Formats: sequence, C-alpha cells, structure tokens
Amino acid sequence: MLPASLLVASFVIFAALYLAPGNPIAALSGGRPLPPGSVQILEQRYHLNEPFAAQYWYWLDNALHGNLGISITLRENVSTLIASRIWTTAGLVLYASVIIVVLGIGLGIVSGLRPGAVDTSALVVTAVSAAIPAFVAAIVLITLFAVKLGWFPALGNGTSFLSDVRHFTLPAIALATASLAVVARVTRASVRAEGDREYVQTAVSRGLPARYVIQRHIVRNAAIPITTITGITIASLIAVAAVVETAFSLDGLGAYLVQAAQSKDIAVVQGISLVLVTAFVVVNLLVDVLYTVLDPRLAPGSGRW
Amino acid sequence: MSAVWVDREATRPRSKALTRLRATGPAGIASAVVIAVAMFVAVFGPLLAPYPPNLPNLSLAWAGPAGGHLLGYDFAGRDVLSRLLAGAPVTMLGPLAVVIVSVTAGTLLAVTTAWRRGASDAVISSGLDIVFAFPGILLAMLAAAVFGASLTAAAIALSIAYLPYVARVVRGAALRERSQPYIAALEVQGAPATSICLRHLVPNIAPLILAQATILFGYAMVDLAAISFLGLGVQPPAASWGGMIAENQDGIVQGYPLPALAAGVCIVTVVIAVNVLGERLFDQAQAAPR
Repeated sequence: MLPASLLVASFVIFAALYLAPGNPIAALSGGRPLPPGSVQILEQRYHLNEPFAAQYWYWLDNALHGNLGISITLRENVSTLIASRIWTTAGLVLYASVIIVVLGIGLGIVSGLRPGAVDTSALVVTAVSAAIPAFVAAIVLITLFAVKLGWFPALGNGTSFLSDVRHFTLPAIALATASLAVVARVTRASVRAEGDREYVQTAVSRGLPARYVIQRHIVRNAAIPITTITGITIASLIAVAAVVETAFSLDGLGAYLVQAAQSKDIAVVQGISLVLVTAFVVVNLLVDVLYTVLDPRLAPGSGRW
Repeated sequence: MSAVWVDREATRPRSKALTRLRATGPAGIASAVVIAVAMFVAVFGPLLAPYPPNLPNLSLAWAGPAGGHLLGYDFAGRDVLSRLLAGAPVTMLGPLAVVIVSVTAGTLLAVTTAWRRGASDAVISSGLDIVFAFPGILLAMLAAAVFGASLTAAAIALSIAYLPYVARVVRGAALRERSQPYIAALEVQGAPATSICLRHLVPNIAPLILAQATILFGYAMVDLAAISFLGLGVQPPAASWGGMIAENQDGIVQGYPLPALAAGVCIVTVVIAVNVLGERLFDQAQAAPR
C-alpha cells in the first residue's frame, strides 16, 4: 500500500502543478522575451516539448535520484534548499511529539485513574486547549514568555544545538497545544474503559499491587487506541508546522512552502509537498508496525487478518 | 380534542430537536447558545460594525481602547471591533460551506459503497486512502500555488481533504445499519435501493452524521483561519479573524497585543463551543437505542 499511495500522491502533486496556469519558459526567464534559440535550449533541458507522461516520468526519476529541479526565485537546487531546512521542521515536530507523548499521555493516564477533582479540572483544561489553534497559541506564548517575561526568544532559529532548543521551545509548545489535549482525552477515555473491565477488578481483588495492575494490565491494554490517536496527531503536525514556522519566523520547510506557493515557485512546491506527503505516509506506516508490537494478535499471518 | 392533537403533531419535529439538545446537558446548551450568537454575528456582523472596517487612519495605529472604540485600533488605525464583526462571515460561513460540501459528498460516497460493496467499494475506498495522505493544510497550500491564493481555493481543497474523515465514520455506521433486519424486510418487499437509503438508512444514521459535521466544523474553522493567517486564504484588506492575527502580529513584539489577541479569543471561543457540542452529540448518537 505504501509505494502505491506514494506513487499516486506524487502523480497528483505533479499533475496539479503541471495544470497550473502560467508559462514555465516565462517563469524561467523572469518574464523577459527570449530569442528562439534559447527557448529551444530551455525546452530541451526541461523536457518541456515532450508529452505529459514523459515529463512526469523524468520528474519522478529525478526525484528518486534526489534531484527535484531548480527554484525559480532563488536559482538554486531544490534538494539543497530542502536539505538545509529539513532539520528545523524535523526538530520542531520531534520536540512537539515528545511534549505530546509525555504530557498528553501522562495527563490522560492520571485523569483516567483518578476520577474526581483532578479528572474534572483536566477535562476543562483539555477542552480549552484542544480548541486553541497553533497560531493563536503562538501569539499568546510570544506575548507572555517572550515579550512580558523575556524567558525565550520571540523569533528566529538558533545558532547552535543548545540555542536551537531554546528557540524551538515556544514553537514546539504552540505546535503541541491542541494535539496534546486530544491525546490526553482519548488516553483518559481508554484508561477509564479498561479500568472498569472485570479482569482488572479480579486482579485488584487478588491483591496485586496497584502499580503492577496499572502498568501490566490497564496501560498495556489501553495502548492500542492511545497509539492510534498519538500517531494520527503527530502525523498531522507535519503540515501544521508550516503555520508555527511562519508565526515564529523559523527557517523550516513549511514556511518555505508558504513562500513558494505565494510566488508560484512550482519546483519548490512540488518538492516540499512530496517530502511532506512521504513523511506523513511513513509516520502512519510506523504506527501500523507499532500495533503488531503492542498486540501480537494483529501481526500479519497470525490468522486474524 | 382533535385541534390539540393537530397542534402537537405540527410542533413535534421542533420539540424533538430541543429534547435532543436538552439531553446534551448544561455544557451542551451553553455551547449551542455560543454557536447561535456566533452564527447571528456571522450573518449580521457587517451591518453591526460601528465604524468602517477597511478605512485606515495611520495616526491612530495601535492606539488603545478609547471613547466608543472598545477594542482600540489595529496596525493601520482601523477599529478592531468593526473588523472583527466584518470578518465574522468569511471566518464562519467559509467553514460552513466546507462542511456542507464534504459531509454531503462523503455521505453519498460512503452510503453508496456500503450498500453496493464489491469492486466500487474497493476503488472508492482506496481513492479515499490516497486523499487521506494529503493533510488539509498541505492540500490548501497546493491549491493556492495552482489557482492563486483565495478563500475559494482553500475551501475547495479542505472540502476534498475532509472527505475520508466523513466517509470512514459514515461508512461504518451505514454497514452496521445495512445488516439490520428492517433493511432486509424492505428489500424483500421490493423497495428500490435509493429509496431505502434516502428514506430509511440515512435518516437513521443522521444523528451520527450531524455529530461528525459539528466536529468537522471546528477543524474547518481552525484550518481556514490558519490558511488566512499564512496569507493564502482571505486576502487583505478584507477582514478575517485568522488574517487579523497575521497583520497585527508585529504589535505583539512592540507591546500592542490587543488587536491580535482579540481575534484569537474569538476563534478559540467559537471552536470550544463547537467541540463541546460536537462531542456531546457524538456520545448521544452512539448511545442511542437501536
């Protein structure tokens, strides 16, 4: 399924932008009229005079070899431009994922196991934070922690790893805010459902220590829905990162895609879209693999599929 | 006696909807009130705006609240409250259009595939899996690159991107409903498939579709506001809540956060109400006795 859906996705990306209005020769020349000789050379170099299917094949072949064409606005290799920005996006998404896994799942387990005041306040907090879009979280965080308190820088990338961590802290929190709440709510619901099951009551009445019951029975069995929602939300961060990068003026892939979409830099839009869609599909695949680790009954060939 | 009976019959659909709403509890009712107010503002907001929303006055840029201007002025010296009211229609009716299109098309696809199963189900389901590989915001950015940045392009892109989310939920429910004895009974009586689907199956899963549509409205509002924030949706000087945050973002660093924060608070308030009501409706639809 993975190669098939990536192949179709790549075709959609190429076809959509192939159909975009605008003349590629004019874009390459910056709108200046060119002598017929140079037009011919450009047409040959970029295969512009060949049929659509052939052009798609050249583009895909090149993309698989790491050549995504040339940015019209920056006159540079798209692959190089992507390579220099990919770590900002990857670092941001990874940082936010750690926050989501630790705080979201942690909060969900605690409120699932402790009905009452803790649970109620967690429900109210997560209902609010689930409704805060990343760019609203960004402006609130900048107002509070960068402008008022001055704890973190408001904008831009860092210069070293440690300063990157400082620069990425507010963006990662902004990116994690809504997803964290969603993960916490689903975790709470599945921990609660599992805690009410008979085998848990049996384990408790047999006198097994609470910690053992929680770790071995409740959390282990609640792990499948928790993994599903965590995987889906983390995969969705790959696209939302564009919003956070723009809000914090970070030099990432998403912010670059926004600029490229505005300036109609087709090769860049194609290249970054392809990278982001691939990342999205791969994360979803990793979640599927994780299922079989968590629950061996789901493994292919176990007779259930 | 008969007059009373006719009267009750006439008011039944309304009281049924009200009973259902009342069953969502105080939080659900409060959310419904917030949504009703928001929809009122979405329709009449531009008429309520006390000052012209697009008339700049640079000498008043970033000026705070004063005499009749409750929320002060934005970066170009425009009244923030008037811009919030003027931006309400695109901010809320845009997502509404997205939800109507994707829920209608998604339901149609899901019910058709659940009914016919077989090859068409396989083809449409794998098509939807491929659409699923494109996150909504990414598809909207692609649409902006192809058709130029506009709210219409973004709304069409989101309508497509949400299709799999609608279709998955509705397809599951439609399959469950399809296996009910009453459907088989209707088939045996020779009722045509379209009439069984439209008059029996879809009305029976309507509460679930409505719940999913409500939840989707929250997503659509956040995503469309994000796209306008990125400058790929509603184009300035037209007002939209997402766009207002982007255009007034400089004010935050300069110590004038009110214009951007006011727009942020409006978005968050409506989305909280939509999420809470959607969640309640979803629980209600799943707990409904069969």
